[in-house]
Amino acid sequence: MSTHPLWKYLRPNALPHFFCPGCGAAQVLNFFLRAADEVQLDLDKLVGIGGVGCAARIPVYLHAECLHGVHGRTIPWATGIKLHNPELNVVIFAGDGDASAIGGGHLIHACRRNLDVVMVVVNNLTFGMTGGQMAPTTPRNVKSATTPYGNVEDPFDICKLAETAGATYVARWTTAKPKNAKNAIKEALDHKGFALVEILTQCPTNFGRRALSSGRAIDSLQWLKDHSVSQKKATGMRPEDLESKFVLGTFVKKTRPLFMGSSVYPKVP
Amino acid sequence: MSTDAYVKTGTHFMLGNHAVVEGALAAGCNFFAGYPITPANEISQYMSQRMPKTGGVFFQGEDELCSIFALSGASLAGAKAMTATASAGFNYMQEGIGYAVASEIPMVIVNVMRCRGENFATQADVMQMRWGASGDHEHIVLAPASVQELFDYTVRAFNLAEKYRTPVMVMSETTIALMREKLVIPERKAITVVNRKRPDIPPEKFIPFRAPEDQAPPLPRFGDGYRILHSLNPHDEHGGIAWDPDVFERLYHRITNKIRSNYDDIVRVEDFYLDDAKVALVTYGSESRPARQAVRLARQDGIKAGVLKLNTIWPVPDRHLEQLAKRVDKMLILEMNIGKYAHEVERVCAKHCQVDSVIKNRGEIHSATEVLAAIEEALK
Repeated sequence: MSTHPLWKYLRPNALPHFFCPGCGAAQVLNFFLRAADEVQLDLDKLVGIGGVGCAARIPVYLHAECLHGVHGRTIPWATGIKLHNPELNVVIFAGDGDASAIGGGHLIHACRRNLDVVMVVVNNLTFGMTGGQMAPTTPRNVKSATTPYGNVEDPFDICKLAETAGATYVARWTTAKPKNAKNAIKEALDHKGFALVEILTQCPTNFGRRALSSGRAIDSLQWLKDHSVSQKKATGMRPEDLESKFVLGTFVKKTRPLFMGSSVYPKVP
Repeated sequence: MSTDAYVKTGTHFMLGNHAVVEGALAAGCNFFAGYPITPANEISQYMSQRMPKTGGVFFQGEDELCSIFALSGASLAGAKAMTATASAGFNYMQEGIGYAVASEIPMVIVNVMRCRGENFATQADVMQMRWGASGDHEHIVLAPASVQELFDYTVRAFNLAEKYRTPVMVMSETTIALMREKLVIPERKAITVVNRKRPDIPPEKFIPFRAPEDQAPPLPRFGDGYRILHSLNPHDEHGGIAWDPDVFERLYHRITNKIRSNYDDIVRVEDFYLDDAKVALVTYGSESRPARQAVRLARQDGIKAGVLKLNTIWPVPDRHLEQLAKRVDKMLILEMNIGKYAHEVERVCAKHCQVDSVIKNRGEIHSATEVLAAIEEALK
């Protein structure tokens, strides 16, 4: 019996995965495996990092070294690993909570330092695992478990945040754009420096039901499509029309010196 | 003066915080991460000068959380990692300490205790050292009382961390951290350095969290090909996340038992004039200094007093304490806080002798005359 060509990248005995039916996080795992296969990533030299939450489970299924289980501290782990052994490839899978709420303080500093890691931000616009509470990414006015009358806060644009803080590769796609999402992860894996790929994902269980009044994954995906515009289209749009839209594309692709810690001065007399 | 970048063999007149750095480098520390906080700053500042000369990494995190988790990452990548902080900063690190316990990651944490918001003398964190992290754990905490002991115990902290795959803490104090004293650093070959065991079997045969119930399993480096999952969630011997209550119970039994069952290896105490003592002062850290002086004075007056100095404060040296309690009339627990460790001593000793707490909680260490007065009062 033949096995799936990507099967070898999955941790033995780790499946079935724990994602809800229709969840976008499993698609992101799929995108990553395809990207890793295309760049022939050496999994012996890969450290996958997840914090806490649904997206944090993605690296648990990879047959690689893995750190998992503390909310928001993905970047500090990555920093320690890369400073001690820059030869290792580190890929972080962070939910929007890990990346922009509890771990937001670390994100801006990793961007500023240009730490040489890939951060895939799986943005489902809510705290999915804990039951659909408001996140820093939840759109204004929508309902969540903790905003039953509508969200009164403005959401973060994680890509703009990363760009402003100094990230050297920044891109955003959705699970409705699987090839683009996979290619962005591939570019990020090939990039030297802090690479952030935000992938907007459907969470039918907790964002769909609460914010969109539908638990069907297809409805959440359609909503993501309806609220996404390409960079090209966005340039011709009025700011007020762009407010409720997610702009998709590659926003930053440049090089800067990598952060190596004090180890760049090994020969101090 | 030694030309060895790691081990500055010789006799020094050194600041306590600097002695910590020398101890760490002598033990093979090659990764330091920390966030500025007084009165621990001389550790990171001196480390930022010394570490690059050895080829190791000095990293200043954006906060304590970044620093403590960077230690986890670096340690799993193969580093011998340390941080230093002070009371208020130590609070933030509890999250990372709890993770390091659960995933069995060696590291050393130095906490220079300070009174709330200021650099006054205190031993207020003695319970936080032990109980600060969430989840079940046993901790190893060493309590130095001098600049020499700051060096010696930092070396020992690394050795214990590597052996038991657990965070080990050095409980420093403002009193000794900011004091200059004589420090003798031995020859490199005279310093015992323990390094973690690595697996001697190939990845496909290695079971990452399997070990006898009183030991830690070998720990490979990231990149060695072992592809281990290190999760805070309950994990089985293979590292897989498992919610079976039996798995949870076995895991937490082993990671606590590996410390509990190695009492003789971990616990160290020192006796001072205890052979014929009727009154025993029980001390840890810098409070042992006025205690010893007071005992010298008491002996001049014919009072049979002595000191038990707890060099390992966690786990509690309960066997030593109980033996002592059986042969003295009275025990006095000396502390610079509201009287915290006294409860541990009472738990172990109160059934054998009278146990009193002698506290001073005003940002100052006890004077020898104050301790002598307490001894005399206890004998009335």
